[in-house]
Order: sequence, then C-alpha cells, then structure tokens
Amino acid sequence: MKIEVKDLSVYYGPDHVLKNVSVSIKKQTVTALIGPSGCGKSTFLRCFNRMNDLIDNARIEGEIKIDNLDIYSPSVNVNELRKTIGMVFQKPNPFPKTIFENVAFGLRVNGEKNKKVIEEKVEKSLHQAALWNEVKDKLKKSALALSGGQQQRLCIARALAVEPSILLMDEPASALDPISTVKIEELIYQLKEKYTILIVTHNMQQASRTSDKTAFFYMGDLIEFEDTRTMFTNPKKEKTQNYITGRFG
Amino acid sequence: MKAKKIRRRLRRFKNFRKYELQDKIFQYVGLACTLFGIGILFVLLADVLMKGLTRVDWDFLMDLPSRKAERAGIYTAWIGTLWIMVSTAVIAFPVGVGAGLYLEEYGKRNKLANFVEINIANLAGVPSIIYGLLGLELFARALSLGGSILTGALTLSLLILPIIIVSTREALKSVPYTIREASYGLGATKWQTIWYQVLPASVSGIITGAILAISRAIGETAPLIVIGALSYVPFAASGVMDSFTVLPIQIFNWISRPQEEFAVNAAAAIIVMLSITFLMNGIAVFFRYRAQKKIKW
Repeated sequence: MKIEVKDLSVYYGPDHVLKNVSVSIKKQTVTALIGPSGCGKSTFLRCFNRMNDLIDNARIEGEIKIDNLDIYSPSVNVNELRKTIGMVFQKPNPFPKTIFENVAFGLRVNGEKNKKVIEEKVEKSLHQAALWNEVKDKLKKSALALSGGQQQRLCIARALAVEPSILLMDEPASALDPISTVKIEELIYQLKEKYTILIVTHNMQQASRTSDKTAFFYMGDLIEFEDTRTMFTNPKKEKTQNYITGRFG
Repeated sequence: MKAKKIRRRLRRFKNFRKYELQDKIFQYVGLACTLFGIGILFVLLADVLMKGLTRVDWDFLMDLPSRKAERAGIYTAWIGTLWIMVSTAVIAFPVGVGAGLYLEEYGKRNKLANFVEINIANLAGVPSIIYGLLGLELFARALSLGGSILTGALTLSLLILPIIIVSTREALKSVPYTIREASYGLGATKWQTIWYQVLPASVSGIITGAILAISRAIGETAPLIVIGALSYVPFAASGVMDSFTVLPIQIFNWISRPQEEFAVNAAAAIIVMLSITFLMNGIAVFFRYRAQKKIKW
C-alpha cells in the first residue's frame, strides 16, 4: 500500500491554505507533519479522510491516491473511506457513553450485529491501545470519568476497532501530561507495525522520536519532506533549520 | 514630596471604602429584589392554600360542574386540561423537535435561514390571544373543527412551537462539534451521527424545553376562550372532537361569580393547577439535573 499525493491544493473560501503539495508515503511508516500554527498541516491531514468535506466553503484540487484509488473520485463512498482511515483528534473526544460503547460504535455503524464479535474486537482494540488493563473492570462506566490520557487512548482504541489501514493523528498528545504523552508515543511505535501513521505535532522531540519521515509545512507550502533523521540533523532548507531550532514559529 | 504621596494614598483608600459601600448597597438591593418576587409568590400561595386547601378532596376532583358551589367539582376541567396537554404534546413535540433538528443540523446558512430564524424568535413573542384568533379562523372555522379539543391543541401547539424549536436548537448546539467529528471520523453517516450521538447527548435538554413549553400551554386561557372553549361543559371530554373546558377557564369562571363559595372553589382549583405545573417543572428540573450529572464535556 502506498499513498500518492499530487498537486493537492485546498481553499477555504478565497484563502489558499494548502498549495500544490505532492508527496509519496510508504506503508507502515510514521510521517510527522510539522510547522507553525496555521501552516496547513492539519488541513493536509484532514484531506486523507475527507474531513474537509464537512467545512462548507472548503474546496480541494489535485488528487490523493491510496493504492491507486483516487479518494476524491465521485465513485468513492466517503463513509466507507473513513472506515479505512482512522483519525485521532487533538482534544480527547470520547462519546458521552460507556467505555465499551465508545469502542463498539464504529463496529455498530459498520453494521456489525454479532455481540460476540463486537466484544472480541472491543477487547482487542483496547489491548492494542494499551488501555485494557486499566479499564477491563469498568467497561460499563462512562468514558468521561477517565483521565485525559486514558480518554485519548480510548479514542485511539475506538479508531482501531474498525481496523483501518491508515491512522491520522492530529496533535494527539498536545493536551496530555508528560507521562500520558510517553504512553501515546510508545503506542505509535507499536502501531507502526500494522498501520501507516500520519501525525501532526508541535513537539520537535516527539517528531524526531516517533517518525520515520518528516514533512515541514510553512504558509501552505510543503517546504521539505525528508527522512526524519536527515531533517533534524541536516536540513536542506534554511526555513526548516530555523523552525526546528526554534528560531521562529 | 513624601507627605503628598501619603496623602494621595490615603485618598485612594477613602475611595476604596466608597466602593466597598457601593458593593454592600448593591448586594442588599439585589437581595431585596430577589425576596420581592419570592415574597409575593409566597403570600399568594399562602392565601390560596388557606382559602382552598380544605375544599380539595376526592369529590371536588371527581364532581361535575354545578350551579351550587358546594356540589361543583373540577372533573370536566382537569380532564380537559389533561386532553389538551397530551394532544398538544403529541402535535407540538415531533413538529418542534423536527424543525429544530432541521434548522440546526441540515439547514444551510443563507438568507432564507436567517429570515426563518428571526421569524421564529419573533413568533415566541406574539401575544397568545393573536394565536387564539388564528386558531379560531383557521382551525375552528376554515377547517370546521369547531371549539374542539383538537382546535385547542392545534392552537396551543402553534403557540409553543417557537419555544420548543428554540430550546431544541440550544440543546443540539450544546453538543460539541468534536463529538460529531469523532463520529464522522469513524465512517458514520450524518443520520447515524445525529441519531446515535447528537440526539442521545441532547435529549435531556430537548425534553426539558418541551416540558416547560407544555406547562406554559396548560396555563393559557385567552386563546382557548377565543376559539370557543366553554366555561360550562356538562360531561367530561372523551375524544379530540369533543367540546371542552380547562382548569384556567374554570377558575376564571368561578372567580367572576359574586358568591364567596365559588371563590373558595376557585382557590381549590388553583391549588390543583399549581400542583400540576409544579409537578411538570419538577420533572423538567429532574431531567436537567440528570443531564448535568451524566454528561460533563
């Protein structure tokens, strides 16, 4: 599996927020998207599961091909697409339901009715998100009673339950304390074996710790796309160097 | 130089005392305002209770109206109120919630939507007697439903629709966008998102608004008098096409009679009606409390 992005542009009304971005992402890698606020990295991330479709005045040009399928072609069912591309948001956003129902929801909207299958998949997803041991005795409790870090891992479990192939993470650890952040990072490291992960982050250390490739965005342009190690030790562009050394942004 | 500074400080200190006094005064004025409303309510309640409490008994509830005050009961009136309440709820709830859902979740933001919105807000402020006239012309005459329960319920539904629509929208708005995003992100359709996530998270608020609206409807008198609800109905209503009376009309009727005994009857009927209103509001408070306890965003 492979993701090919070609000449991708996004407009919000008259604003050209993402400009002719082309990249190619290999499967089972972690790609970090970095750049100052408002640079278009979150917009870029949200192109992959077509979350930008929900914004009234957003317009998208160019193409994204996943396994040679153009996800913006009219024949693509956007709901089916989102089932294969999971997303974890910046702020933990569990549903105001039980822990079990949070993870089961994706399966239910998928049409899964078999109780046994749902139970198995919920347990498996919670294991994958390294949350099972903490919540196995309180699956029927409200998810809102969990701590922030637990809620975010629950959201990851929820995304994993529908067995996506790509996982999009929009600053998944920015609202969490350092210990929870470490847990999420370890999780990303493990999930890499099975999933292709794109992660937006403001944390340079996090990008360098977790990712294989890094993309640096600035004012809607993709400035540099490089192996993470190369980018953090020997960036080609001056802007990249200034940003990762903290001189602006 | 130094003395000047100190003097300036002292002056500021004096000012400070002045503000403190202002604060105190405002505090007491506010307290007086609060107590004024509650005080009057209590005086009213005490008066009504003293006059009517002994009159409220099983017979009073089950007796038909009569020219003799001691034999008159409110059976037809509370049955009428119950009919009106249930039929109004049956009509207004689905229509109001449906309209609120559409406006909040599906309606596009354009000029027409703004126009509709402003008008709904305005409708909530239209005097109820105007609705009565509309009901008389449209339901009672044009659709020849007469002074029936159906006419009354339809008229009161129009009256409380704006309230239900607005409160439904508020309840839906209080569900954070992040919840919808999470649902869409899992591949849920718009309908699934609304049905499984947004509605369950806002149902307490929607029901609270609807109950308060309906408890307002059962207190309405003017529009029902206009559409031709009668103050004297010999038999309790048994269907939506029957003529009817309701508690407020019965109370109004008794109050306007010269005999002291009827005033006692009126007080007793007020107690019954207030009990119904308080019960409804109590249920609304319960739902709100439950929502707050269960869901903390």
